[in-house]
Amino acid sequence: MAQKVTIEPVTRVEGHGKVTIHLDDNMNVAQTRLHIVEFRGFERFVQGRPYWEAPVLVQRLCGICPVSHHLAAAKALDVIVGAGTGHGLTPTGEKMRRLMHYGQMFQSHALHFFHLSSPDFLLGYDADPAIRNVIGVAINFPELATQGVLMRKYGQEIIALTAGKKIHGTGAIPGGINKNLTIAERDSLLHGAGPLNIDQMVAWADGALQFFKGYYMKNREFVDNFAYFPSNHLSLVRKDGALDLYHGVLRAVDTNGNKILNDVDYQDYFNYIEEDVKSWSYMKFPYLKHLGKEKGWYRVGPLARLNTADFIPTPMAQKEFEIFKAHTNGKPNNYCLHTHWARLIELLHSAEVIKDLLNDPDLQKDDLVVKGTKQKEGVGLIEAPRGTLFHHYRINDNDQIEMANLIVSTTNNNEPMNQSVNFVAKKMMNGQAQITEPMKNAVEIAIRAYDPCLSCATHALGKMPLDIKLYNATGEILDHFKS
Amino acid sequence: MSEIVKFTIDGKECQGKKGQLIVDAAADNGVYIPVLCHMRDLIPAGSCRICTTKVNGRYMAACTTPVDEGTVVENDTPELLDIRKAIVEMLFVEGNHFCPSCEKSGNCDLQALGYKYQMMAPRFPYAFERRELEASTPKIFLEKNRCIFCKRCVRVIKDDQGRSVFAFKGRGKTLQINIDKKLAANLSDEMAKKAMDICPVGAILRKEVGFVEPIGTKKYDHKPIGSDLKNIYQ
Repeated sequence: MAQKVTIEPVTRVEGHGKVTIHLDDNMNVAQTRLHIVEFRGFERFVQGRPYWEAPVLVQRLCGICPVSHHLAAAKALDVIVGAGTGHGLTPTGEKMRRLMHYGQMFQSHALHFFHLSSPDFLLGYDADPAIRNVIGVAINFPELATQGVLMRKYGQEIIALTAGKKIHGTGAIPGGINKNLTIAERDSLLHGAGPLNIDQMVAWADGALQFFKGYYMKNREFVDNFAYFPSNHLSLVRKDGALDLYHGVLRAVDTNGNKILNDVDYQDYFNYIEEDVKSWSYMKFPYLKHLGKEKGWYRVGPLARLNTADFIPTPMAQKEFEIFKAHTNGKPNNYCLHTHWARLIELLHSAEVIKDLLNDPDLQKDDLVVKGTKQKEGVGLIEAPRGTLFHHYRINDNDQIEMANLIVSTTNNNEPMNQSVNFVAKKMMNGQAQITEPMKNAVEIAIRAYDPCLSCATHALGKMPLDIKLYNATGEILDHFKS
Repeated sequence: MSEIVKFTIDGKECQGKKGQLIVDAAADNGVYIPVLCHMRDLIPAGSCRICTTKVNGRYMAACTTPVDEGTVVENDTPELLDIRKAIVEMLFVEGNHFCPSCEKSGNCDLQALGYKYQMMAPRFPYAFERRELEASTPKIFLEKNRCIFCKRCVRVIKDDQGRSVFAFKGRGKTLQINIDKKLAANLSDEMAKKAMDICPVGAILRKEVGFVEPIGTKKYDHKPIGSDLKNIYQ
C-alpha cells in the first residue's frame, strides 16, 4: 500500500519548510520533496522604492547573512549609477566592502561550524537531542565553544566597523561606501583585547579545520557515504581562476570538472540561467539554460566554490585546498558532507584575507564614492556564505525600482537539497514501516550541510520540532510522530 | 526692549520675554518640551500637539501659548508624558512608517520621540492609509506615507518669489502633502537639502544621496532627543 511521510515543519528555515516522502506498495521510497512554503514577496514590494534604498531594504530578507544581500544590491546599483563593477570603485570603496564581506563570511562560517554542525561531530549524530546542541558543546568542550563564540564576535565587530552596526547596517551605498576605517578601528581588529585579534583568529580557524580533518579520518566511511551524488557546480571565480568571494566571473563545471559555463560576465546571467517553477514549492528551481531542466541544475556554496576555483590566493588556505583537491584526484568533490570541510577552508581563507586587508593603507583614505553615467539596469553577484547570490534591478526615469529579480543561494541549492533528501530517504527508509529518530536526523543533516537558513539545519537548542505523519493510500494516518 | 517676566516650569523658576512662546522660553531656561511642527522664529502651526503642557491648569500647546508674568507650566508629569506618548503612537499608526529601511532613521524626530517615550506597540489600530509617492521631480523624492502634516516644509521652502514649493492637498482623512512640480524643477541643491533637514520625519528625501551619512554620526545615534537644547528647535 502506497504511503506518504511528511516532515513538517522543517524548522528554523527563515520561514517554513517541510519534507514529504512517498513510499510505494513495497515500502520503498518513490518520491521525495523539500517544500518551501514560505512566501516573502521582496521582489514585489521593493518596486516603486527609490533605488538607493535597495541595499538597506532587501537585506531584511535575512538576519543571518544580511551583509551578502546588502552588498549584492549595492553591486547592482554600482552599475546603475555608472560606477561599473568590481574594480570600478575607488580602492577604499572596494576594499572596505571586501572587509565587510569577508568579516561576514568569517562569522557566518564560524556560526555554522561551531553552533550548528559541531554538536553532531563532537557529540555524535545519534546522541540524545537534549545534549546534542550548542549548550552540550559548551558543557563538554568549553574551550572549543568559547572559540566559536569569540570568532563569531570578531566577524561581527568587522561588520559593525564597516557597515555601521552588526546586523542590517548601511555601509555600502551605490558607487562605494559611506565610511573608511580609522586607525583606531583598524588597530582594534589587528591587536584587539585578549584573543580578539586577527592572528588568534587565523590560528583558531586553522584549529577548527584540523579538528574536522581529524574527525573525518576517524569517520571517513560515514562522511563519504552519507549523501554522494554527482552534480554540476557553479560560483564566481576571479578572472585568473582564483577563489574570490566578492567579485569575479561566473563559472560552472560538471561532475568531471569540465567547464560548462566558461567565465562569463554575470551582467548577462539571464542568458545562461533560467528558473523553473513547480506547483508544490514557492522556491524556484534554477538551471543552466543550455543544459535544460534535467541536466542543468547545479550546486552552489563552499563545496561548489572549491570545485570551480583553480586555486586559493592565500597561503595557508591554498595548502589545505591542495589536500582537499587531492582527495578526489583534482576532480570535483560531490560528497555532501565535505561541504563542512570546504567551509572550514574558506573560514581560514577569510581570516587570511582579513589580515591582508587590515594591513592595507587604502582603508584609511577618503575617496569613497564613484559615479558616472546613469544606467537603467544593473546586476550584482556575490558569493554569500551559502552560495552564489544574484540581485538584478531595473529603474525608471524617476529613480524608482520597477523590476527586481533575486536568486538567493538557497534557491540555487534547491534541486541539490532535494537530491540529498532523496538520497538519504532511500538509504534510510526503504522497506521501513516506522519513522525513527535516526531517519528524521538524517534528513535534517542532509539539508544542514547546505544551509542553516533552511534550518532544520539549526538544531542550536537541540530540539527538532518535527511533525511527521505516515499516510496510507486512502489518507489514513498509520504513524504519527511529534517532538 | 521686551519686558522680562518670571514663570515656573514644574516648579523651576524661569525668566523669559513677555509674549515669548513657552517652548522657546523653556529651551532658553534649559527645559526640554518636545516639538515636531515647531521651529523657532517661524509662525506657529500648533498642528502636532506633542508639546501639550498644562498652563495655569489648562491643556495648551506650548508652541502657540505665550508666557506671562506668573505663568505656571506643568511639563514633566506622568499624565503629560502619557499624552505625548499617545500622540506619538497616533502619528505612527496614521502613516506608514517603516524605520528599518528609512534613511532618516537616526535623524528622525518622530522615531527619537518613540524611543524617548518607550513606545513598544501602538495602542491604536494601524490606519494603513494608501498614499502615492511623488518621485517625478529632479531633486526630491516625496514619501507621502511618512508625512505627519507638521507643515514645516510648506512654511519654510519657498522660491525666490516667496511661493511655497510644498502644499497640502485635500481635507481630513484625504489630506496629503504635495509638491509643486514646476517650482520643484528649479529647486537648488541647497534648498533641497534644507527641505530634507527640516522635515522631522523621512517624508522629504534628496535624490541619489541616500544613506551617505554613516551610522554613528547621526543626530540621535548617541544622545536622545532633547539633549541638545541649543539646536533642538533649529
